[in-house]
Amino acid sequence: MHIVDRRLNPGGKSLVNRQRFLRRARAYVSQAVRDSLKDRSIKDLDKEGQITIQRDAIHEPTLHKAGQGGNRERVFPGNKEYMEGDRIKRPNGGGGSGSQAGQGEGNDDFQFVLSREEFLGLFLDDLELPDLAKRRLIGGAVDGIRRAGYSTVGSPSNLSVPRTMQKAMSRRIALRRPSSRELREIEEEIAAIEARDPAGADDAVRLERLREERSHIIRRRNLIAYIDPVDLRYRRFENVPKPVAQAVMFCLMDVSGSMTEHMKDLAKRFFALLHLFLTRCYEHVEVVFIHHTDRAAEVDEQTFFYSTVTGGTLVSSALDKLLEVAKDRYPSDDWNIYVAQASDGDTMQSDNGKVVSLMNDEILPMSQYVAYLEVGREEFADIEAVGTRSGLWQAYAPVSEANRNFVMRKVHHRREIYPVFRELFQRKGVAERTA
Amino acid sequence: MSVALAPEPLFTGSDWDFSLVNRIYEVVEPIALQEMKLNIYPNQIEIISAEQMLDAYSSIGMPLFYKHWSFGKQFVTNEMMYRKGLRGLAYELVINSDPCINYLMQENSATMQTLVISHAAFGHNHFFKNNYVFKQWTDAEGILDYLEFAKRYIAQCEERHGQLAVERVLDAAHALMNQGVHRYARVRPRDLKAEAAREAERQAYRDRIYDDLWRTVPTGAKADAVPNEARRAALGLPQENILYFLEKTGPRLESWQREVLRIVRLIAQYFYPQRQTKVMNEGAATYTHYRIMTTLHERGWITDGAFMEFLQSHTNVVYQPTYDSGQFGGFNPYALGFGVMMDIERLCLKPTQEDREWFPDIAGSGDPVEVLKDIWANYRDESFVSQYLSPHMIRHWRLFNIVDRAAESELRVEAIHDERGYRRIRRALAREYDIGRQEPDIQVVDVDLAGDRKLIVEHAVLDGVQLDPDDTVMVLQNLANLWGYEVLLKEVDAESRRELKSHSAQPRLAWLR
Repeated sequence: MHIVDRRLNPGGKSLVNRQRFLRRARAYVSQAVRDSLKDRSIKDLDKEGQITIQRDAIHEPTLHKAGQGGNRERVFPGNKEYMEGDRIKRPNGGGGSGSQAGQGEGNDDFQFVLSREEFLGLFLDDLELPDLAKRRLIGGAVDGIRRAGYSTVGSPSNLSVPRTMQKAMSRRIALRRPSSRELREIEEEIAAIEARDPAGADDAVRLERLREERSHIIRRRNLIAYIDPVDLRYRRFENVPKPVAQAVMFCLMDVSGSMTEHMKDLAKRFFALLHLFLTRCYEHVEVVFIHHTDRAAEVDEQTFFYSTVTGGTLVSSALDKLLEVAKDRYPSDDWNIYVAQASDGDTMQSDNGKVVSLMNDEILPMSQYVAYLEVGREEFADIEAVGTRSGLWQAYAPVSEANRNFVMRKVHHRREIYPVFRELFQRKGVAERTA
Repeated sequence: MSVALAPEPLFTGSDWDFSLVNRIYEVVEPIALQEMKLNIYPNQIEIISAEQMLDAYSSIGMPLFYKHWSFGKQFVTNEMMYRKGLRGLAYELVINSDPCINYLMQENSATMQTLVISHAAFGHNHFFKNNYVFKQWTDAEGILDYLEFAKRYIAQCEERHGQLAVERVLDAAHALMNQGVHRYARVRPRDLKAEAAREAERQAYRDRIYDDLWRTVPTGAKADAVPNEARRAALGLPQENILYFLEKTGPRLESWQREVLRIVRLIAQYFYPQRQTKVMNEGAATYTHYRIMTTLHERGWITDGAFMEFLQSHTNVVYQPTYDSGQFGGFNPYALGFGVMMDIERLCLKPTQEDREWFPDIAGSGDPVEVLKDIWANYRDESFVSQYLSPHMIRHWRLFNIVDRAAESELRVEAIHDERGYRRIRRALAREYDIGRQEPDIQVVDVDLAGDRKLIVEHAVLDGVQLDPDDTVMVLQNLANLWGYEVLLKEVDAESRRELKSHSAQPRLAWLR
């Protein structure tokens, strides 16, 4: 008998099958993933998750007898009251005498768990960041190790045997170290001469010469080592800084009194999606939260989403703050800058001129992408669709027309967030195909 | 028989290590081989983790298998059930191969490892090696090599013809898998050399009698189409093994597609005995582990605590809920097999007058293990139940038989556990294990070779139970795709030969490309 420990064998034997299954059910799965957004809170948006798809999408048919009809007969255990010949009402379903319990599940849903990677992959499928290729990749913190030739010093574990042997061989050839074959030949010759019974005439002389030659060879072999310390070569490695594309995302939100909880929630969802997306595109993403009333302040995430500040509305203050932070910490040469602004669109008419000029002249030139999301009251969805536009919307409209990297959308309901987000970041080819 | 008692118990806690597993095996082995005289394949015990057990589940328990999405589906289902705690994993998995591979879960306690070694490495192993259905149908020695070949071959096909094309063929073949087994004694293995020699001989004869003159002889109107009977005989019809038929005669299949069908077919054939012997196989293994564990306890190899742990999981395994308990989902094969086998032990040792009447040849024979070994070797579930379900067990389980006739508005209790009912119940229960009765009888009956090559398949309807219509349409589509021409499935009453229903499907022509 053998006992084999298989626990250390690589797991994930079923990975390929699992992937094929996902591919097979892809259309259903990605629909389910998108639907699941409704039920997920922002925080665990990027956790692994359970999804449910229709069973018939992946049904494997076989030829089998139907669950109903015909004459059937079955044996059951646990008789308590029945006597032979008793009549029993058919259980509902009309037939089968309860025998086909396992077969009536054709329309059940099929549930399973997607890993975080799979979930996000499907979730953000077909999306891409506009203008991903930034001017410059920054030398970042990540060090890579790469091979860098050979060196004469190093740790024994890095000894390169082939290279060392190669060196040793060239040295032996250069210094003419007699090979063991030469030595053996001479010794054989000496032995042959010595073995001759009637010694030849010049054997003694020849023997003398050969012995001398042999001692010469032995001396040379001793002097010139087979492998010398100078032959040793070690594999050398060096650290290289790997360029890292990095991005900063500015989240701007209006927290003035006119912003309701509902609107904040919409904004928050949008920001969360954007953040998720950026973290997938860039190795290094920083987020700056700026909220504003008539004054703007850089705050932490908690304050940003949950604090209550009241006051007027001065959008330009936020843009000023943004520029200030960017100049201070995120020079646009080194950072890919993304700006997402959320507001209900209420603004002071007098401020609009400044907002537009800040946006046009300073922010847009240095940013990769600016998205303005106008959040509206859920109950006004129908009214506003007809056409009344907020002050900020009217101000931004010409900016959006003039610049490819400025987009604006309006949402009223949670369920619109994801479609709007997809629309904004849809891969170009895909957008045209679906259009 | 005087047997030395254990100097000390094998283990006291629940922890185990490899040397302990080894010692357990060394203690269990003589009990199984010398006292019970089991005859087994050499064992190979492999310790695996829960995740690997899930992996093994999803490829029908085989250590290696070709890739297909349906196994991925299996995997996610099992994983889901396991994570939710709806279903535990099996403690063990055993493969009918030579050497016999036993998978043991690392999570098992020492007691459980002892139990599963007795259960799988000796119980199942003996059954695999000795039962006639397995002997007749499977090749334990070759299975792993064959699976290796199958895996490689299908991977190669995917490289050459694309994943999608291979997947289509596999999907279709899987749909017909249950119709891909030979149910009756296998065709004699062909001697390829003799075959080739015969072919050469025929060719030589043809060469010898060849005369070009015949070509010039004007022929009259072409002879009538081959007569029906001859045509069917030439095609080997009727044929119940649809995959075999397609592999040999499918007009539009390429050779690799035939080979893929063959792979699926052979694997289905390999599992066919297991489907026929579920009750006996589990019963034999459960009986073996029960006997071995009891012996170990009697001789002091395992402690009282370990024995209690064993009894607890043993009783869970052989629990049979009654029909009205809400948990009833058919007979538990472990309970049925183990129950009947324990009953056989009883009537070998302490027969009653009733047992002597019912089982004159084994009642009181005094050697239950020999009797059981003979049964394990020569029966399958259906014959086992119809032969050995005793009145005692029928009363014990309080079995009753219910008949549901389509023409009647109510169900009828046909028989209960009384003198009049024993034989009827036994026959009815045996029928439930008759795979030929439970599975639809579907055969290829004809091909319209002279006309549009329509394939005609017939389902002999038994007791008026027709095929599930939704699935049938889907499977038929697959069959039509493989065949390449129209397929007609007729449901014909087995007795009156009256046609009840028919389905047909046209191939999707783009399919095979």
